[in-house]
Amino acid sequence: MTHAGATTHHTSLGLDNRKMAFWAFIGSECLLFTSLISTYLVYKGRSVVGPYPHEILNIPFTSVSTFDLLMSSLMMVLALAAVQRGDMKWGKIWLFSTALLGLVFLGGQVIEFTEFVHQGLTIGTNLFGCTFFVLTGTHGAHVAVGVLWLLTLWVRALQGKLGPANAMTVEITGLYWHFVDVVWIIIFTVVYLIQ
Amino acid sequence: MSEARGLKSWLTTTDHKRIGLLYFWTAFIFFLIGGVEALLIRAQLAQPNGHVVSAETYNQLFTMHGTTMVFLALMPLSASFFNYIVPLQIGARDVAFPRLNAFSYWVFLSGGLLLNASWVTGPLFHAGMLNVAPDGGWFGYANLTERQFSPGPNIDFWLLGLQVLGISSLAAGFNFIVTILNLRAPGMKMMRLPVFTWMTLVTQFLVITAFPVITVGLVFLMFDRFFGTHFYVHEAGATPLLWQHLFWLFGHPEVYILILPAMGIVSDVLPTFSRKPLFGYPVVVYSGILIGFMGWGVWSHHMFSVGLGPIADSVFAATTMLIAVPTGVKIFNWIATLWGGAIRGTTALHFAVGFIAMFVIGGLSGVTHASPPADLQQTDTYYVVAHIHYVLFGGTIFGLFAGIYYWWPKMTGRLLSERLGKWHFWLQFVGMNLAFFPMHFIGLLGMPRRIYTYGPDLGVSTLNLVSTVGAFLIAVSILVLVYNFVRTRRRGQRAPNDPWGGATLEWSIPSPPPVYNFSVIPTVANRLPRWRTEHHGPMTDPPALPPAPIHVPGGSWWPVVAALGLPVMALAPLTHTLWVAFLGAAVLLFGIYRWAFEPFEV
Amino acid sequence: MPRIRLWLLTAALAISGCGGPFPQSTLHPRSDFARATDVLFTNIFWWAAAVFVVVELLLVVALVRFRHREGRPAPRPTHGHTLMEIAWTLAPAAILVFVAVPTVRTIFATAGEAPADAVKVDVIGHQWWWEFRYQELGLVTANELHVPLGRAVQLSITSADVIHSFWIPRLGGKRDAIPGHVTRIAFRPDQLGDYTGQCAEFCGVSHANMRLRVVVDSDSGFGRWATVQLAGPAAPAPGTLAERGKAVYARSACIGCHTIQGVSPGVIGPNLTHVGTRTTIASGLFPNDSAYLARWIADAPSLKPGSLMTRMQPPLTDADIAALVAYLESLK
Repeated sequence: MTHAGATTHHTSLGLDNRKMAFWAFIGSECLLFTSLISTYLVYKGRSVVGPYPHEILNIPFTSVSTFDLLMSSLMMVLALAAVQRGDMKWGKIWLFSTALLGLVFLGGQVIEFTEFVHQGLTIGTNLFGCTFFVLTGTHGAHVAVGVLWLLTLWVRALQGKLGPANAMTVEITGLYWHFVDVVWIIIFTVVYLIQ
Repeated sequence: MSEARGLKSWLTTTDHKRIGLLYFWTAFIFFLIGGVEALLIRAQLAQPNGHVVSAETYNQLFTMHGTTMVFLALMPLSASFFNYIVPLQIGARDVAFPRLNAFSYWVFLSGGLLLNASWVTGPLFHAGMLNVAPDGGWFGYANLTERQFSPGPNIDFWLLGLQVLGISSLAAGFNFIVTILNLRAPGMKMMRLPVFTWMTLVTQFLVITAFPVITVGLVFLMFDRFFGTHFYVHEAGATPLLWQHLFWLFGHPEVYILILPAMGIVSDVLPTFSRKPLFGYPVVVYSGILIGFMGWGVWSHHMFSVGLGPIADSVFAATTMLIAVPTGVKIFNWIATLWGGAIRGTTALHFAVGFIAMFVIGGLSGVTHASPPADLQQTDTYYVVAHIHYVLFGGTIFGLFAGIYYWWPKMTGRLLSERLGKWHFWLQFVGMNLAFFPMHFIGLLGMPRRIYTYGPDLGVSTLNLVSTVGAFLIAVSILVLVYNFVRTRRRGQRAPNDPWGGATLEWSIPSPPPVYNFSVIPTVANRLPRWRTEHHGPMTDPPALPPAPIHVPGGSWWPVVAALGLPVMALAPLTHTLWVAFLGAAVLLFGIYRWAFEPFEV
Repeated sequence: MPRIRLWLLTAALAISGCGGPFPQSTLHPRSDFARATDVLFTNIFWWAAAVFVVVELLLVVALVRFRHREGRPAPRPTHGHTLMEIAWTLAPAAILVFVAVPTVRTIFATAGEAPADAVKVDVIGHQWWWEFRYQELGLVTANELHVPLGRAVQLSITSADVIHSFWIPRLGGKRDAIPGHVTRIAFRPDQLGDYTGQCAEFCGVSHANMRLRVVVDSDSGFGRWATVQLAGPAAPAPGTLAERGKAVYARSACIGCHTIQGVSPGVIGPNLTHVGTRTTIASGLFPNDSAYLARWIADAPSLKPGSLMTRMQPPLTDADIAALVAYLESLK
């Protein structure tokens, strides 16, 4: 996230350094989430005591959360397009909207987890509790980092320090946000939909 | 070396050469610490029913010896060469992300200090002894590492230290991948890269894919120990074997992370001192890449005694034997490089040849491990200890020492004494074989590993004594090396640009290089730019002075500030205080924020 | 073939000054399982030795023959030779086939199944001792396993706490004892004798001290042993020190951890009903004699760091300890 000037370096493969680094980072994160999801799958059905997934998971509620996150990815696409064409008015609006929808998603997680705790499922209750909360908690932490990142960019934009010259920064932010979204689709499918 | 001097210039440096030196000295000191731990182990085992150290201290010693050597010595020593040499070999002025590079070093240092703090912080935990060092083995098998069976802070130090170190390695991994792919000089095609740079690239891909897996395993263990989860607790329906799978899914790629850079060094050193190109360069490169991929398919050969079943055992036996092929062909390529050459016996060459000789032995004992039924007698015995030390000491350490004697003139501007170097080599070679060859027999005669003592009736007492003598001989050889460092620091012969007649770009610039490395970035036309071959003449070295001033990025405080946040966060579980975690996170985020928006021109 | 290597090894070891019977040697197999793995290892070993000789010889020849000497012409800059490279890739691969095929065969042959009439024993690893339960016989003992010569033995192995590994080198390879899992090995011993082994998976502070013995007895000898083990404990004669020891035992904390049939039901420590018949105590660490028994009872952790058998509070008197020793020695 350096300022203009660092973006114009010649590179051997023609790809911006930061973008390449970010793709490598995403590759690494894939292994992280694969390990977490695999553990969830390996331990599926092995809880000795309840509550069990089918008793607790609220698919309608989480579907709305999922839709919210998908929409936030759309906001992100629009944000990047706006910044790339220099339209900072809409750039700020879409950046903020993405962060807002991210916060809504996180709020939904908080509501959902609180409800689970009330129903007797905590992180230490059984294998479902361990694997579910660590997996979704890790994902949620990634969303939270993303929200902070987006709000930081939004504030920079308000200060007039974000513009088309920083389009690469916003593009990389988008890569991160879309990755986090895709991971959620997979988690939603594996944990909620396939039981 | 850059012009600025003083502590601040070192704390804020973003110059890959300085960072390489920081890695080198820090890793070397940890190597000495790991070596002292080894000497204490060998002193305890020199005789049956020894009383040099207590059982608990012994268990801490072998745990810390393994953890220190793997994570704080071998990997960072390799990293010191990644840092110093790779940008020079590809014709770049620095790495892709200089501040991230500095961050990696400071995180490594803090992780190493955190881990070793456990030797002296016992009183802070009311432990009744000074040392609460990790005592679960470097492999930390669950469920021994659960709170129920390891109630003290020992394992906490271990899992927190490793998580901090993991971040250092990951950051460096991203940095070097982008550097090698994107910052090459014009004409430096991938198949013209020196093999050391190629092996570095493969290693970094292994790092960024393998470390997340152990991170997850460690997170599970941390949650089990602190937050009441049951990832490895069988009463809850889980299995301790999950830890083994996660650990070895990381652990096997990790051993290739440990050996490939040394293989890269050997592949650069041998041609230089044979005055012949590397025999079969493409095959050496492709076999390295192949090993990187195949290394993911063999992990359960560390678990043959677990009872995976005959089908799983057979599959992993097959994949393990298969991976011996690309590993073995390199040996032939290296011998063929020497064959027909004009071999100059410098110390670097001695160590490179020593690597080959020792790695063959380690590789062959590895093949005996690949057969599950035979392995059931070998696993968890001193036979395995022999194997790992032949490949990691005879292999990696010999390779890294070849690198030291090869690149020391470039990095310091002084030549090491060849006479002292030969003494070092022969003492180490003899010491190594005395120390580790008997272990093959000790294991086959029924002495398990990780035991603080053994009975005289086993019949392995004399062999153990011989092994101990060998270990102390290794220590003497290292003292010779240290003496060589000290003596030549001021009185060593000054090194020209190219003391060896090397073929690759690092030899085209002064020793040590100016802060901007190349006065003019060279255009590369072939794989051996500095040699005359039947196809081309040697390149013209860059001029002594740049035609126009070259911008070099200055230093930055933010990498070291951000890096400090991590050990502070790690203190939170150790002190059972939540606010410390938030403090550390705040320091980290603040450092990152200022780093992100700091004007910094690469 | 194996005998030649055995003589070479023994000679090498004798030269190094350590003759001796090597009780835990993997190279002196005494069961079908151990012999199968020994044959396999021997096979692989000779291939490895051959490769070692060839490769190291080539290396040494290269170093000697092609040392830089003044006046020699510059080396020919060979970059490679495809045919050679293919050859030296296929050759190791071919050798590995000779290793892989017998490997897979042996894997399936030694997969832990045993005939229906095998002696079946459940092995449970504890920190830091071994529990043996002969399910079909209804027999429970600790640290010393008796099996009959020539009959198959099937061990079903698990752990009560952390991961251990059951290993008697002369009788076969090791198998981990994992809590929550049951692993199996099977073997048919082919020679009478006492065999020692020890835990082979790091299991905590006294991992080094978790040893065990297997006694391969004749069929009738095994039958006699089993009969004795199944009988109730010997009652000490009235007025003897052993009788006084039984009284001391019955009022001490011992009863909370140990089982003596009809006397105490504890299951945390080894079953002591016939402890007098065992040749060692403290999981194979010390001979089963009065001196060691006394020291063990007085302060077990001093002999075996971390032992859960902590010193009694208040400590037993010397007289009480002597009585206890007499009682335990009477439990034949």
